[in-house]
Amino acid sequence: MVSEAEVWEALAEVPDPEIPVVSVVDLGVIRSIQVDGSRVHVEFTPTFLGCPALEAMQTAMSERVQALGAEAEVEVVLDDSWSTDRITPAGRERLRAAGFAPPVPRAAAAPTLVQLQRGAFRCPYCGSAGTRLDNLFGPTPCRSIRYCTSCRQPFEQFKTI
Amino acid sequence: MSAQALLEIADDELILGWRNSEWTGIAPFLEEDVAFSSIAQNEIGHARALYALAAEELGTTPDELAFDRAPDEYRCSRLVALRLVPDWARTIARHHLYERADAIRIAELKSHSDQRIAGLAAKIEREETYHRLHAEMWHERLREEPRYVEALGELEPLLEQRDAGIEELAPLWEEMTMVRRSVPGATW
Repeated sequence: MVSEAEVWEALAEVPDPEIPVVSVVDLGVIRSIQVDGSRVHVEFTPTFLGCPALEAMQTAMSERVQALGAEAEVEVVLDDSWSTDRITPAGRERLRAAGFAPPVPRAAAAPTLVQLQRGAFRCPYCGSAGTRLDNLFGPTPCRSIRYCTSCRQPFEQFKTI
Repeated sequence: MSAQALLEIADDELILGWRNSEWTGIAPFLEEDVAFSSIAQNEIGHARALYALAAEELGTTPDELAFDRAPDEYRCSRLVALRLVPDWARTIARHHLYERADAIRIAELKSHSDQRIAGLAAKIEREETYHRLHAEMWHERLREEPRYVEALGELEPLLEQRDAGIEELAPLWEEMTMVRRSVPGATW
């Protein structure tokens, strides 16, 4: 029989398909794990609703749980329980080390254009706050593109949502 | 909330997602190619989640709702059905008009008594924030341009028209459902 802690450990080895330096646990997309005898029920929420990798993530998580000798049921929950504030401190550091600026904490209100254009977003390479917004959108829905005027490096900024 | 009301929003998001994706590869510059592609992906994701809720109520599946209805059964606004490439001014005018109207609709849904609808609306709103910022940025940039002002005036009345878009929608429907119709009963 598996314990809930063992399931968390196993899922911590399931990478995000689009940013494999972080796991699904780092991203905070696992909402709950329930162990009932040999059955494990995992609830997870997508970061963005248009995520094309939902099925792939469900399969990868099921396989990890099954490898522990349990039956797996991975349920996708489409509610509002995920925001970028759920990314763990370890996950944020892994993002930064891989050249993705981690999301800034979410304020009470949604971000404004002025904040995004003038705010102090740090370059993940040199740490300078002298960066500018190049594009609100990027290679995947979760990222914007910024440019560091100090080290002249474009970089991907995780959107705050 | 009736399934029909959910379908109205889902159809808007699906069809606008397809129309936005028509800029992929041919937008005036690379940043906008990326932006419209990303917005298209989000809109289609919202449509999928909304169809899933409607499908439960109607005893069907999201794919059947998205692709197996006849063109005249879609409830989308005529505004989103229009094919606007390669007209950038009208594209931005539609973007501005749609995002402004959609913001009001999504804000109302957030306080819906059905927790699943309210929760989904709140999640959609997090993503739509960035669409609105993008539309706002372009609206500010073009607001004095005569072609843009004219496009706003031309397109605004179409927003509330929900039964008149068949001639614009039919060719898109052909394209959108082609693969699914080619293999009836496929379960991919």
